[in-house]
Amino acid sequence: MTDFSNGKDKSLAEVLRSQGISRRSFLKFCAATASMMAMSPAMIPKIAQALESARRPSVIWLSFQECTGCTESLTRAHTATIESLIFDSISLDYHHTLQAASGEAAEEAREEAMNENWGKYLLVVDGSIPTKDMGYSTIAGMSNLDMFLQTAAGAAAIISVGTCAAFGGIPHAHPNPTGAYSVYDIIKMYGNTDVDGVSSASIDNNSGGSVKDKPIITVPGCPPIPVVITGVLTHYLTFGTIPELDHLGRPKAFYGQSIHDRCYRRPFYDKGLFAETFDDEGAKKGWCLYKLGCKGPTTYNACATTKWNNGTSFPIESGHPCLGCSEPHFWDGGGFYKALSIPTIDIPTTAVYAAAGAAAAGVALGAMNKSKKSNAAKEHTKTTIDDLEKE
Amino acid sequence: MTNNISTAEVFNIQNADELTWNVMPLMHEVKHALTNLISNNETAIIDLRSIPLAPGEEDKLLDILGIGEVQARLNSLGPSDIIETKYSGVWLITHYNDENNIISRFIEITTMPEILFSQKDDMHEACENLTEALEDNQQAHGASAEKTE
Repeated sequence: MTDFSNGKDKSLAEVLRSQGISRRSFLKFCAATASMMAMSPAMIPKIAQALESARRPSVIWLSFQECTGCTESLTRAHTATIESLIFDSISLDYHHTLQAASGEAAEEAREEAMNENWGKYLLVVDGSIPTKDMGYSTIAGMSNLDMFLQTAAGAAAIISVGTCAAFGGIPHAHPNPTGAYSVYDIIKMYGNTDVDGVSSASIDNNSGGSVKDKPIITVPGCPPIPVVITGVLTHYLTFGTIPELDHLGRPKAFYGQSIHDRCYRRPFYDKGLFAETFDDEGAKKGWCLYKLGCKGPTTYNACATTKWNNGTSFPIESGHPCLGCSEPHFWDGGGFYKALSIPTIDIPTTAVYAAAGAAAAGVALGAMNKSKKSNAAKEHTKTTIDDLEKE
Repeated sequence: MTNNISTAEVFNIQNADELTWNVMPLMHEVKHALTNLISNNETAIIDLRSIPLAPGEEDKLLDILGIGEVQARLNSLGPSDIIETKYSGVWLITHYNDENNIISRFIEITTMPEILFSQKDDMHEACENLTEALEDNQQAHGASAEKTE
């Protein structure tokens, strides 16, 4: 990462200018940024205007019970040039995996960043937080819970990256041996707890808000799409605010529509054309994977448009159903290859009515799917070989 | 840029025949935007990365739009291709990163994409650099004239 130690107070435009980046390049940067943030191209001039005066925020990244897949995803973001500019434009002061410092020096970097930017830094968390036995996961002798609460106290906002931080993920899946919880649940449960002698009342005085009231942005996915992670960071960098969120705290720009609604195979669903097995004629012709367990209808994410691997494709394009990895409790949601519900209604007829403006049948089908998913979660249906080998 | 260079050559199109359902509605959107540009002088931009396209559909779209009279290349933060399609007023802008991966692609319906205009900040800097170069040149000439005398 480029050293901008002398440029902490510079705006992003000034930082880019000092790197010899022309105004025309800046416009290109803004166009790619708008596309990355899933914003309308009409926003490009506004993004340029906001970035002119944007200041470098300090970012502290904490990794708890996780597999490092989220960081792997982030570091493989495909708009490398643009991402590197963005990362040159934030001050990533602490990240276990990416920082050179280790041991006490690393912890000192975190404390220094907290002290210097109290109330202003962004806290990014990946991984869930264990509560059953604090020894399950510690960093520098400090439990994940203590480190999280201590760092969250001075944060301007918290970004939960990945399904583990957002909803608990694999560690939270039944039987949840470590008592793992998501960032949101931890804040709900421990938001008023004293941390290292700092009570939430004194935190209020320092940061202008209690831990309980910290804005949380959830960026789920196992892992999340790289440009979705950077898109959220860029939104904060650009506008200094958190993006519009849905009821689960996910940015609507990326999680506002279901995979199903944005799927290029959707017309097959509307025509009632489904692959019944992975090697039948329907599968070869690229028909809808609904009956093979696709969770697209109940999953909200940007895979269908943003895609993966340098924008190459996404699972459905490769012939595999969506697993629903950006939804809560997806590990306990039943078999990956079990259909959400087999439509008992005539899909083509439904599509005609929906096209005519009567979408009630679609809504009912969606509700049916959600109810099935929630029942499966309650019963915790284990995935077996039989699930994989669909009859 | 002349018309005899095919879109397939420029964009390495492999599978333009796999037309499904999304290309024609998009072409109609382009047509409406072009009509609006002519009558109301209103520009429009379509971000192709925000539209769910089936494999081959983007290639088909590029094939239909074709290559027009203008093709420009911008070299900054990786290359960018700015091409007027064979439909005047309809531009295709593709931004690449340093590794030549596409990072964004837009269809712009405009008389001239903003990114092609020389920018005020760059012109100010250019003016300073030019003044400096002229001064250096003048000094160098002065020094060589003194030497001759």
